[in-house]
Amino acid sequence: MPDGVENRPPVLEAEQLEQRSLLRDALRRFRQNRLAMLGALMLGLLVFTAVFAELIAPYGLNQVDFSIVRLRPFQDINHILGGDGVGRDFLTRLIYGARTSLFVGLLVPLLSFGFAVPLGALAGYRGGRWDFFILRVIEIATAIPPLLFAMFLISITGAGLGNVIFVLAITSWIEPARISRAQFLKLRETEFVQAARTLGATEFQIITRHILPNSLTPLLVSFTFAVPLAIFAEAGLSFLGIGITEPTASWGKMVGGSVKSSTVVVDYHLALFPTLLVALTMLSFSFVGDGLQEALDPARGD
Amino acid sequence: MLGYILRRLLSLCSVLLVVSALVFVLMNLVPGGPFTLADRGYSGAALENLERKYGLDKPIHVRYLNYLTSALQLDFGNSFSVAGNPPVTELIARIWPVTFQLGLYTILLSFGLGITLGIVAAYYHNGIVDNLVTFVATMGIAVPNFIIATWFLLIFGFQNGWGVESKWIIGPIVPGGAAILSWDYILPVLTYALAPLALVSRYTRSSFSDVLTADFIRTARAKGLSERFIMLRHVFRNALIPMITVLLPQIPNLLTGSLFIEVVYGVPGLGKFFVTSIFNRDYPMIMGLVLLIALLWGLTYLITDILYTVIDPRIRLGETKGA
Repeated sequence: MPDGVENRPPVLEAEQLEQRSLLRDALRRFRQNRLAMLGALMLGLLVFTAVFAELIAPYGLNQVDFSIVRLRPFQDINHILGGDGVGRDFLTRLIYGARTSLFVGLLVPLLSFGFAVPLGALAGYRGGRWDFFILRVIEIATAIPPLLFAMFLISITGAGLGNVIFVLAITSWIEPARISRAQFLKLRETEFVQAARTLGATEFQIITRHILPNSLTPLLVSFTFAVPLAIFAEAGLSFLGIGITEPTASWGKMVGGSVKSSTVVVDYHLALFPTLLVALTMLSFSFVGDGLQEALDPARGD
Repeated sequence: MLGYILRRLLSLCSVLLVVSALVFVLMNLVPGGPFTLADRGYSGAALENLERKYGLDKPIHVRYLNYLTSALQLDFGNSFSVAGNPPVTELIARIWPVTFQLGLYTILLSFGLGITLGIVAAYYHNGIVDNLVTFVATMGIAVPNFIIATWFLLIFGFQNGWGVESKWIIGPIVPGGAAILSWDYILPVLTYALAPLALVSRYTRSSFSDVLTADFIRTARAKGLSERFIMLRHVFRNALIPMITVLLPQIPNLLTGSLFIEVVYGVPGLGKFFVTSIFNRDYPMIMGLVLLIALLWGLTYLITDILYTVIDPRIRLGETKGA
C-alpha cells in the first residue's frame, strides 16, 4: 500500500497492554459458551440456596405439621410444593437437600484429590519402585466397581453423612491419582523442569512451583467432573437407603423413599421434584465441566 | 504374545488374591457375624453351634486359608442367608441369567443404535441427527439412571409382577429360569441403555469425524475410490481402534447389572442380590460375587488389549507398561 501512514504500529495505552494470561483467555472463551454460562448460572443459584438455606426456606427443617402430610403441590399457597410423608414442608426439605448435595459434592473430591494428587505425583515423579507399587494398588482398586465397594464399606462403617463422605472419598481416588501421575511423568523430563533442576531448585520447589501449576488444567477439569459424580453417588446410596440418615435432607433419599412406597404415582411430587433437582444439578455441572475443558484446553475440544 | 497373555493372567490371579484377602478381612472386621443380627435371634449354644458349623469360630487367617483352598477347587461355600443354604455357585447360576439377559439386550440396543447414530452424526456434521446425538449424549451421561427410572415409573405406573408368564414372549430354557424374552425387559433395558447409548454415540461420533477429516481419506477420495469402499475399508477400521478401549470395558459393567435399575424395577438379579447379601452378612455370597465381578473386569481388560493388536498391527504388547 502506497500510503503507509495507516500501517504504523498502534500506540498502546497502558490499559490496552494488560496481560493476556491463560486464565483471562480461558474466562473469555468460557463466557462465549452459552451452555456453560447457563450451567454456571444454575450452579450459582444452587450455591446461593445451599448457603442461605435458613433464610430462604419458609419453614424449619424438621418442623412437622400433621395437616400437610402428603399434601399435593400447588394446593396450599403456604406450602407451595406440598408436604412430605411425615408432614414437613417439601420446599423446605428440597432447599436443605441442596446443602447436603453440595456439601458432599465438594468435600468428597477435596478429600480424594488431597490424597490422590500427592500419591500420583510420587508415582510419576519418583518412578521406579514407588511407581510400580502405586500402579499395582491402582490395578487392584480398579478390579471392584467403586459404587459396589462403597456399598460394601458403608455396610461396615454404617450410614450417615460423615461416613458417606469418608467412604466416597476413599473410593474415588483412582482417577485423580492417574491424572496426576501421568502429568508428573510427562513434565518431569521437560526442558523447564530440567532447567530448574540445573539451577539448583530443590525437589519440593520443582514439584510445587514448576510441575504442579502446569498440571493444574487436567486436574481442575477432572475436579469439576468429580463433583457431580460425588453428588450422584451420595444420591444413589441414599436412594438405596444406606446413605444419608434422617433428619438430614437428601434428594436421593427422598426419591428412594417415594419410589419404594406404593403411593408413588399419587404422591408424584415426592419423586418428581427431587429427581428434577438432581438432574438439573448434574446437567449444570456437566455443562460447566465441558465448558471449562474447552476454555482451558481449546485444542482438545471437539 | 502367548508369554504376554500368560503374564497378564498371572497378574490377574494376584489381583484376585489381594482383592479376596482385602474383602475377607474387611468383612470380618465388622463386629457381629451373620447370625448375631438382631432379627435372627440366635443366642447361647445355638449361636455357638451355628458358628462352629460354618467355621466362624476359627481365627481369621485360618478361615481365609480354608476359603482359599476350597475356592481353588471351585467350591465357594454355601450361602448363609438363602433358605436351604444352596452352594454359592448354584445361586449365582440361578440369578445371573436374569441380569445377564438384561445386560445383553442393553448392550445390543445401546451399541447397535449408538454406533449407527454416531456414524450418521459424524457423516452429516451439524445435521439433525448430530444435534439429537449431542442432546441424548448430554442427558444420558449427566442424568443418573435411577432418576430416569423414576421418571419412567411416574409415566408408566408401577411395573409389578416380574416374571409373570402372560408377559413372556419366549419362555425360559430351564423350568424356573428367567424368560428369554419378556415384556418385563422393556423398561429396564430402555433405562439401562441410555447411559451406554450416550457414551457409545458420542465416542463413535468423535472417532469417526476424526478419521473422516484425516488426510488419508482425502487421498482415498482423490484416487476415485467408491464412497462405500472408503467407508468400509478405511474409515471403519481406523475409527474402531480408539473406540474399543472405551466401549469394551462397558460390557462387564452391563453384564453384572445395575443396582438401581434392579431395585427400581424389582428385577431379581445380581445387583439386587448383592445388596441383600451385604446386609445379611452373607460372607460366602459377598466373596463369590466380588470375585466374579473382579474376574470379569480383569478378563475384559486383557481381551481389550489383545483385540487392540489384532485391529492395529502397529501396536505391540508388553513393550510399554501402561497404567
